[in-house]
Amino acid sequence: MDFRFEILLEYREAFLHGLWMSLQVSVWGILGGLVLGLILGLSRQIKSTESKKDFVFKLFLRGPSLGYITFFRGTPLFVQIFLVHFALMPLLVHPDSGWLISGELARVIKQEYGAFLSGTLALILNSAAYVAEIFRAGLQSLDSGQEEAARSLGMGYGPTMRYVLLPQVFKKMLPPLGNEAIMLLKDSSLVSAIGLAELAQTARTIAGTYSRYWEPYIAVSIIYLVLTMGLAYLVSRLEKHYEKSDRS
Amino acid sequence: MKKVIEVKNLVKSFNSKIVLNGISCDIESHQVVCVLGPSGSGKSTFLRCLNRLEKPDSGEIQILDRAVNDHEEGLNFLRKEVGMVFQKFNLFPHLTVVENITLSPIKVLKLSKKEATERAEALLEKVGLSDKKTAYPNQLSGGQQQRVAIARALAMKPKIMLFDEPTSSLDPEMVGEVLETMKTLAKEGMTMVVVTHEMGFAREVAHRILFLDGGQIVEDSKPLEFFNNPKNERTRLFLSKIL
Repeated sequence: MDFRFEILLEYREAFLHGLWMSLQVSVWGILGGLVLGLILGLSRQIKSTESKKDFVFKLFLRGPSLGYITFFRGTPLFVQIFLVHFALMPLLVHPDSGWLISGELARVIKQEYGAFLSGTLALILNSAAYVAEIFRAGLQSLDSGQEEAARSLGMGYGPTMRYVLLPQVFKKMLPPLGNEAIMLLKDSSLVSAIGLAELAQTARTIAGTYSRYWEPYIAVSIIYLVLTMGLAYLVSRLEKHYEKSDRS
Repeated sequence: MKKVIEVKNLVKSFNSKIVLNGISCDIESHQVVCVLGPSGSGKSTFLRCLNRLEKPDSGEIQILDRAVNDHEEGLNFLRKEVGMVFQKFNLFPHLTVVENITLSPIKVLKLSKKEATERAEALLEKVGLSDKKTAYPNQLSGGQQQRVAIARALAMKPKIMLFDEPTSSLDPEMVGEVLETMKTLAKEGMTMVVVTHEMGFAREVAHRILFLDGGQIVEDSKPLEFFNNPKNERTRLFLSKIL
């Protein structure tokens, strides 16, 4: 078996471009998923002692967020990417009949950034469901005495969540969130299916051109490995930092 | 004296097991009431119903002339007036001692940070922990943590204090310091409802003892009478086991 390095060298700019694209999709996916996931997680948890208010919460917040989480955890990300790119996006952004954006701007967006936007959005929507579940597990792992103590001091639901529970939950969420970020980084390779020129797509292009498979796929494997290991290191540093600053 | 707690026919069950079976009692201001009873008699549940950490199945509770019900603003108001100390302290582990004490005064009573800190410092002095201001809860002993928890509840300037077995999870040598703090509070005229197993404290400090068994108040009397001349057979049995 010969390993032709010159192929990789020839395509090094494509690799760099692909790496940059993968990083962008992943970082936006992680950040967006975190924000949306926390909103989802909070709306899945919100309760009230007043039964009327509680019913409203159930109908408009708890119910819908549970439905959302069930759908996005229960269907393949691969399918979700197609749904977003070929079904949802044309509905929202379309030259003739976009609900959000239409006309010339819609055409430009679609042509220049279509796959990027769809891919990122799909990753955000998907990871938000997992983040919401991580949040719920974190809340459940806290001693119920923490909430009781806060409530017994006259704090309502909002302040209890914000000043007592959330700061403690974040620490507990860190390891599973790190896992989720690593999963998302790897899963971002699925976005190549809608034609975004990220790392996996670059490998596929080379493979198609030269009919060589070892070189491009070993190369992207190594790049992904370096990225995920770097991310894992970052998360462990963050965990240690919190341990030190918190001493609890 | 003025009635500050009025309980009528309180019933509470967990999974069809009846824990409180028709409790009625009034508590007057500046009284120290100790709630005694064997484990599983419903003492803690009774206390937790008073500030609605537990929702009763039926019955009425009035505290400071206000009905205790599901209404959220009413509950937050009630809990400002009724401090609670827990068996397991429940200090906030991510906050320092001073932050634990000032959090609710700042967020709920809208005190300035300076005012709240001054209040916290005065209370820490009172419970003898002025040197622990910047410590985190897990750097303190159990007795110290419980005294911080008492200071935290007092920082809201409550009119009533509830104690849920405040010394039960402490090492024996730390029980004294917490009881001392509670005695000081009682001498200052605080209205206190104390669920406890500390018979010495009940005998010495309480104005009145409620003895619960099987979810009912079976004896309601002054300490002297309770310990020397109990009326009820179950009380006698209980006392013979522990004294």
